[in-house]
Amino acid sequence: MHPASAPSALPSVPPSAPVRLAVNEITKTFPGVTANDRVTMDVRGGEVHALLGENGAGKTTLMNILYGLYQPDAGEIVIDGRAVRIRSPRDAIAHGIGMVPQHFLLVRRHTVAENITLGLAGTRFFLPTRDVERQINAFAERYGLRVDPRAAIWQLSVSEQQRVEILKALLRGAGILILDEPTSVLTPQEATQLFAVLRRMKEEGKSVIFITHKLDEVMAVADRVTVMRKGRVVDTVPVAMTSKSQLARMMVGHDVDFRLPARRPGTGAPALIAEDLWVQSDRGLPAVRGISVVVHRQEIFGIAGVAGNGQRELVEALTGLRPVDRGRLTLGGRDVSRWSPRAMSKLGVAHIPEERVRMGIVPPMTVTENAILRRYEEPPFSRGPLMDYASATRFAQQLIVEYSIQTPSPRTPARLLSGGNIQKLILARELAHRPDLIIAAHPTYGLDVSTTDRIHRLLLERRDEGAAVLLVSEDLDEIRILADRIGVMYGGELIAVMPAGTDRGTIGLLMAGQRP
Amino acid sequence: MKQVGPFRLDTGEPSGAWTLVVSAAAILAAFVAAGGIFWAYGLNPIHAYAVIVHDTLLAPGAFPEIFRPTIPLLLAGVGLVLAFRAQFYNIGAEGQLLAGTVAATGVALFTPIRGPATLPAMFAAGFVAGALWGLLPSVLKLRLNVNEVITTLMMNYIALYFVSWLVTGPWKGPSVRGFAYTDQFPASAWLPLIPGTRIHWPTLVLGVVLAAAFAVLLARTRLGFAIRVQGENPEAARYVGIDALRTTLLVMLLSGGAAGLAGVGEVAGVHHKLLDPNQVSLGYGYTAIIVAWLARGKPLATLITATLFGLIYSSGDVMQVSLQMPFRVTSVFNGLILFFLIGSERLLAYRIRWAPAGAPASAPASAVAPSPPSGEDP
Repeated sequence: MHPASAPSALPSVPPSAPVRLAVNEITKTFPGVTANDRVTMDVRGGEVHALLGENGAGKTTLMNILYGLYQPDAGEIVIDGRAVRIRSPRDAIAHGIGMVPQHFLLVRRHTVAENITLGLAGTRFFLPTRDVERQINAFAERYGLRVDPRAAIWQLSVSEQQRVEILKALLRGAGILILDEPTSVLTPQEATQLFAVLRRMKEEGKSVIFITHKLDEVMAVADRVTVMRKGRVVDTVPVAMTSKSQLARMMVGHDVDFRLPARRPGTGAPALIAEDLWVQSDRGLPAVRGISVVVHRQEIFGIAGVAGNGQRELVEALTGLRPVDRGRLTLGGRDVSRWSPRAMSKLGVAHIPEERVRMGIVPPMTVTENAILRRYEEPPFSRGPLMDYASATRFAQQLIVEYSIQTPSPRTPARLLSGGNIQKLILARELAHRPDLIIAAHPTYGLDVSTTDRIHRLLLERRDEGAAVLLVSEDLDEIRILADRIGVMYGGELIAVMPAGTDRGTIGLLMAGQRP
Repeated sequence: MKQVGPFRLDTGEPSGAWTLVVSAAAILAAFVAAGGIFWAYGLNPIHAYAVIVHDTLLAPGAFPEIFRPTIPLLLAGVGLVLAFRAQFYNIGAEGQLLAGTVAATGVALFTPIRGPATLPAMFAAGFVAGALWGLLPSVLKLRLNVNEVITTLMMNYIALYFVSWLVTGPWKGPSVRGFAYTDQFPASAWLPLIPGTRIHWPTLVLGVVLAAAFAVLLARTRLGFAIRVQGENPEAARYVGIDALRTTLLVMLLSGGAAGLAGVGEVAGVHHKLLDPNQVSLGYGYTAIIVAWLARGKPLATLITATLFGLIYSSGDVMQVSLQMPFRVTSVFNGLILFFLIGSERLLAYRIRWAPAGAPASAPASAVAPSPPSGEDP
C-alpha cells in the first residue's frame, strides 16, 4: 500500500520466537452456517500477524471467540502454553488480550482519560483519572500514540479516537492486541503512522493480530499472514515468501483479475453543475463551503477525503435530502437547488447512500418491499391507492437474478442479508431505472473483494452507457481505479481537482489539508 | 448461544408461536402476582379467581358484559396500533376519546339534527374531534420535534378538565338539578342494543370493521407501505422522499378518529349523556395502549387483546360487587400485565432448544459434562 513503508524495513521475526497464542481446531457454528471450521493458527511474541479474508470468511467470529464474546463449540485456546477458557472480555483482558474494534466504543462527551479509566481495575475512588493521565502520557510517549488525555472524544479526529482505543487496551496490560480493520477509517498518512506504532509494539515483544482484507496492508506491515476462506484456514505463510496475487488467490479461491475493463475514451456533456454551493451541517455550521464542480456524462468524478470534511452534506444536498444554503445546482439544464429527494429521483438521480443499513434499506421489510422502495407509488407496483405486490415480487426476482443477490427468497427480511447482498440490493434498486446521475457514497466500504469488484464493474458499465457518476470514497485505491477525475475535499471545500493517475502521496497530502 | 443444562439458548427471530407463548406466560405471571394482592386483601386467591371466572363467564347474563368495555378498547386500541406502526407513540387516546364524547354530545343536544341522521352525525363529529385532538401533537412533533409522548399525554388532561368544566358549567343540564351531567340525549341519539344484553352493537361492528380496514391499509395500500417505511426506518423514508408530515398526520387522523368513535359509543350507547370524565371513560384510552402493545402491530390481533381486557374490566365489576374490592383494582391488574409484558420482551429475542450434551456439534468439546455453573476462572 505504501511504498515508503515496504516490508524490507521490517525485521522479520525469527521462526524461533515463542508462540504466545495458539488456537487449535476451533469450531463455531451458527444456525445454518459454520463460521469457523477447525481453525488452527498461532501468533508469536513480537509479531504482527495479519488475518486476511473476505467478509464472511470467519475472521471476526474467530476474534470474538478470542475476546470472549462467543464461546467456541469445539477446540481450544492456548496462551503461553496453557489451555484457557475465555468466557468474557474480562477474561480476555485478564489473559492479556486487547481488542481495538472497528467501530469505537467510546463515550463521546467524556475525556480521553475518563474513557480509558472507565472499567479499569485498581483505580482510586476519588479523582480516578489523575494517575491514569500520567500513565496515558507515558504510554503515548513510548509508542508514539500522541493524544491529549483531557480532550473530549468528540473533539478528536477518527485516527485520534483509534489511538484512544489502542491506549485503552495497552493500559489494561494487553500483550496480544487485536485490531479489526484498523485502516478503514484512516488517511494513507495516518495508516503509515499506525504501522509505525505497531512496529514499536512489536519491538517491545507484543503480538499484534491485524484483521484486514487489503492485500497491500498485509505486505506493508505483517510478518506472517493467515488466510481464511469460508470459515477455514487456507494457510499461514511468512509475508516475505508470498505475493499479492498468491494471497488473493488463497483468499478468493480462484484467480482474481484485478484489471477492470478498459476505459472508453471521451466524456459527454455536463450533467451536474454545482456553482458556489454552500450547505449546513446538522448543527447549523457551514459544512460545504462554496463548492463548484461539473460532472459530465460518461465520467466518474471521484471525491477523496477523510470522512467528516463535508462529503456527507454534499451528497445529501445533491440528492435533495439537505437544503442548499447558497449557490446553484443544475441538473440536465434545470435548476434543482430546491428539489425534493423524490423529484430528484424521478429526474434520474440514483443515490447509493453511505449508511446502507441505516438509510438504504428498511431492515425488517422484505427484499421485495425494499426493491420497490424508490418507485413504490408508481405503476406497476401500485395502482391507485393499492399496492400490487405480485408485480413487485416479479420485479424483485428479476433484480435478484440480474445482480446475483443471495437471498433465500424475495420474502426474506432484508435485515437477514449479508452486507454485500444488502449493497447489491440497493444498487439493483437504484440502477434499475437507468439513472443519468449516480451518486455513490462509499459504495464498497467493508465489502469483500468479489462484491467490490462486481460493484466497480457496475459503476463503470453505467458510466460507459452515458451516466455521470459522482463517487465519494475514503478508499484511495477505489478512487484511483475508477475515477476519471479526482477531487479532494477538506474542510468543506474542494481544494483540488486532479486527473486520473495522480499518485497516492499527492492525494494523501491534500486529504490531510496541505493545499497545493 | 449458551448451554444451560440440556437446553441451548439461541438468539434469533421470534416466531409467532413463541411470541404467543411468552405473552401468555407474562399474563399468567401477572395473574399470579395479582393473587398476592388478593391474599394481602385477606382473600384466598384461588377462591377469588373461582368467583371471578364464575361471575364473568358462567353466571347468566355475565358473558355479554365483557363486550361493553371491549368496544371502546377495540376502537381506541386499533387506532393506537396504527400510530405505533408509524412509530408515533400516541399516549393520548384517552383525550381523543373524550373529545369524541364532547362532539357527540354537542350534536345530540345542541344541533337540530334529529331522526335517523343523528347517530351517523354523532359518529362523524366524534371521529373529527378525536382526529383533531391528535393532530396538534403530530404537528408539534414534526415541525418542532416536540416529544409526542409528553404532548399527547398532556392533551389528555386538557380534554379531561374541559369535559369537567362543560358538565359543571355551560352544558350542565337544567333538568338534572345539582348533578354534574348534561341533559339526557333524545331517543334518536341512543344506540340500539343487542336484545337481552347491554352491547351497543353498531359501535362493536364499527370496531371490527376498522380492525379489518386498518389491516388491509397496512398490508395492501400505498399509504400503508409509506406508514411501514416511516415507522420501521425514518431515515429510509427521508431517503426516498416519503413526506413524514403527511404520513404522520394521516396516521394520527385515523388513530385519533378511532378513539373519538369509541367516545361516541360510550355516550350514545352506555350513558346517554355527558358526565364526569372519569365516569365516561374508565381509563379506556390508557388501557388501549396495552391492548395495542399486546397486539404487536397487528390490527386484527386487537380483536383478541381488546376482548381479554374487556374480561379484566368486567372482572373489576365482579371484584367490586362480589369480593368488595375497589373497582380500581383493575388498574392494578392492567399495570401488572403491562409490567410483565414489557419485562418479557427481552425473552422474545431468545429461543430455547432441546440440545442434550451428547448431541453432535452442539456440545463444547472441552466441557462435555453439562456441569452446573462452576466458579469463576482465576
